[in-house]
Amino acid sequence: MTTHLDGNAAAGALSELFTVDITAAIARCAGCAQTGPFADTHLYVDAPGLVARCPGCDAVLLRVVTTPTDTYLDLRGLTYLRVPNE
Amino acid sequence: MGIVSPGFAGRRREGTNLPPGQYLTHDFPVLSAGPTPHIRTEHWEFTVTTETGEVRKWDWAALLALPAEEITKDIHCVTRWSKLETSWKGVSLDTVLADVETGADFALAHSYGGYTTNLPLDDLLDGQAWIAYEYDGEPLDPEHGGPARLLVPHLYFWKSAKWVRGLVLSDTEDLGFWETAGYHEYGDPWREQRYAGD
Amino acid sequence: MERTAIRRRLTWQVATVVDVRRETSTARTLVLQVPEWPGHVAGQHLDVRLTAPDGYRASRSYSIASAWTGDTIELTVEQVPDGEVSPYLVEVLNVGDPLEIRGPVGGWFVWKPEQPGPVQLIGGGSGVVPLMAMLRAHSAAASTAPVRLLYSVRRPASVIYADELKKLAMADNVGVRLRYTREAPAPEEQVGRVDAELLDHVAFEPSVSPTTYVCGPTPFVEAVADLLVAAGHDPATVRTERFGPTGGPR
Repeated sequence: MTTHLDGNAAAGALSELFTVDITAAIARCAGCAQTGPFADTHLYVDAPGLVARCPGCDAVLLRVVTTPTDTYLDLRGLTYLRVPNE
Repeated sequence: MGIVSPGFAGRRREGTNLPPGQYLTHDFPVLSAGPTPHIRTEHWEFTVTTETGEVRKWDWAALLALPAEEITKDIHCVTRWSKLETSWKGVSLDTVLADVETGADFALAHSYGGYTTNLPLDDLLDGQAWIAYEYDGEPLDPEHGGPARLLVPHLYFWKSAKWVRGLVLSDTEDLGFWETAGYHEYGDPWREQRYAGD
Repeated sequence: MERTAIRRRLTWQVATVVDVRRETSTARTLVLQVPEWPGHVAGQHLDVRLTAPDGYRASRSYSIASAWTGDTIELTVEQVPDGEVSPYLVEVLNVGDPLEIRGPVGGWFVWKPEQPGPVQLIGGGSGVVPLMAMLRAHSAAASTAPVRLLYSVRRPASVIYADELKKLAMADNVGVRLRYTREAPAPEEQVGRVDAELLDHVAFEPSVSPTTYVCGPTPFVEAVADLLVAAGHDPATVRTERFGPTGGPR
C-alpha cells in the first residue's frame, strides 16, 4: 500500500540545506492558497526524491532530490515559507 | 565520507545480469510521488498531440480494440531495484502511433495526477514501448499505474509513467517531473544514467 | 527559549552504541553516544544511515525516545516486517558499533516545559516513542502541566516502556491510559480502536485548551486527528507526526 508521511519526515533532508527548521515554518500553497505548518504537508518518500504536497489540493509544494554530488530543491509550488526571525 | 555499517548488507544483490548498481527484488515495490488516482475505465482517455497541434484520442474501448501483445521484460527502478521477467499485456506504441503524422523527435508523457516524463520518440517505437493494462494476467492495479501505464522497460522505470493519459510530441525536449529535479534526461540503466550529467 | 537544535546546517556524524535494551520481542532501545550533540527538544527525531561494504545505502527517520540530560541519547526502534533498516537496528547492531546519524531535526512536533497548558499525548504502536520523550522531559523538568497519554497498542506483550509508564503515572499530574486493539490483559477490558467515546472519556476537553500530540501510522493519525477536530478541538492545537513501514528515497 502506498501512503504518505508528513512534512516532519523531511526535516533531516532540509536541515542539510537550511539553518532554520523548516517543519515549523508556515507554508502557503501557490495553487489553492491553503496556509499552514510545513509539518502538516503530505510527504511522499517512496519515490526517487522527497515530494511534499498540499494537504488541501494535493499540488506539489516542494521537491528534494539528493544525488551523490548535489541536492536539487524545487519550491515552485510554494507562494512562501514564513519563518519567525526571533 | 561516512562509514561502513558492521554487519549491514542491505537488500540482497544477487544475479549477475543486472545493470550496474541494481539489486534483485522478487516483490513489486510501489513507488509513488503522490496520491494514487483511481480512474474508471469509462472515463479513461488517451490523447496524442502532435507538434502541429493535431489531436488523436482513444477511449478505453478503442484501446482494447487495438491488437494487444504479451510482453515479458526485466524492469529497473532508479531507486536500485530490478525485477526480472515481468509479464504484461498491452498495446504497442507502434500500433497506437501508426496513423499519427509526425516528424517530432521528442515526447512528453502525461499522467492522471499530473506526473510527466520525457522520452525521445524513437524510444517509444520499434517494439520498445507499450500502453500496458494487464500485469501477470490481471487488470493493472491502480497502485501499479492502472488502468493503464506506459511500459518502456529499456529505460529506468520512472519513464514508464503510471496512469498515463497522453503524449505530447514536440521538436524540442521538454523535461518531465523527475528530469527537472536532477534525474537524467534519458535514463539508460545499462549506462547507469541516474542523475543529470551521468 | 532553547535554540540549540535548530540553528545550524546539519550533516551526518558517527555515533557509538553504548548500550542496548530489549523492550518487546520486536522493539529495542539503542543508547547512543554522539560526539557533537547540541541537545534536543522532546519530540525531535534523527535520521539513521546504513552503508553496506559495496557502498549501498539506506536511511530512515527515528524519533528520539529520551529527554536530553547532557549525556547519551536513546532511540527505540520497532522492527518492521520485511524492513531493511529496522531489522538491522533491532537484531544486528551491537554495543560498541558505530552508527551514522543526522540530527536532531524537527521543530514542530516538539514539547517544551515552558509551553503553557495541558498536554494530551496520543500514540499508536511505536508512535509512543516521541511521546515518551515528552513524558520524560516533563518529569525531568518537574513540570506542573497536566499531561495525559493515551497509548493504542495491539496487546499487552507489545507495550513498550510498560514499567516506566506505571511509575510515571504515579505523579499527580500524569495520566496514562492504554487501549488494546487486539487483545486485552483482562477479559472484561474492551478491545478496539481509539474512537470518539474513548476520547470523550480520557482526553482533555477542548475547553481547557490542551496542546495535543498524535503520533503513529498514517491511518491512525488521520483517524484520531479527525476525531479530535470533530470533538471541537482547534486544528491548530493538534500536532501530528505520521510514520509508516516505508522505504526512503536515498
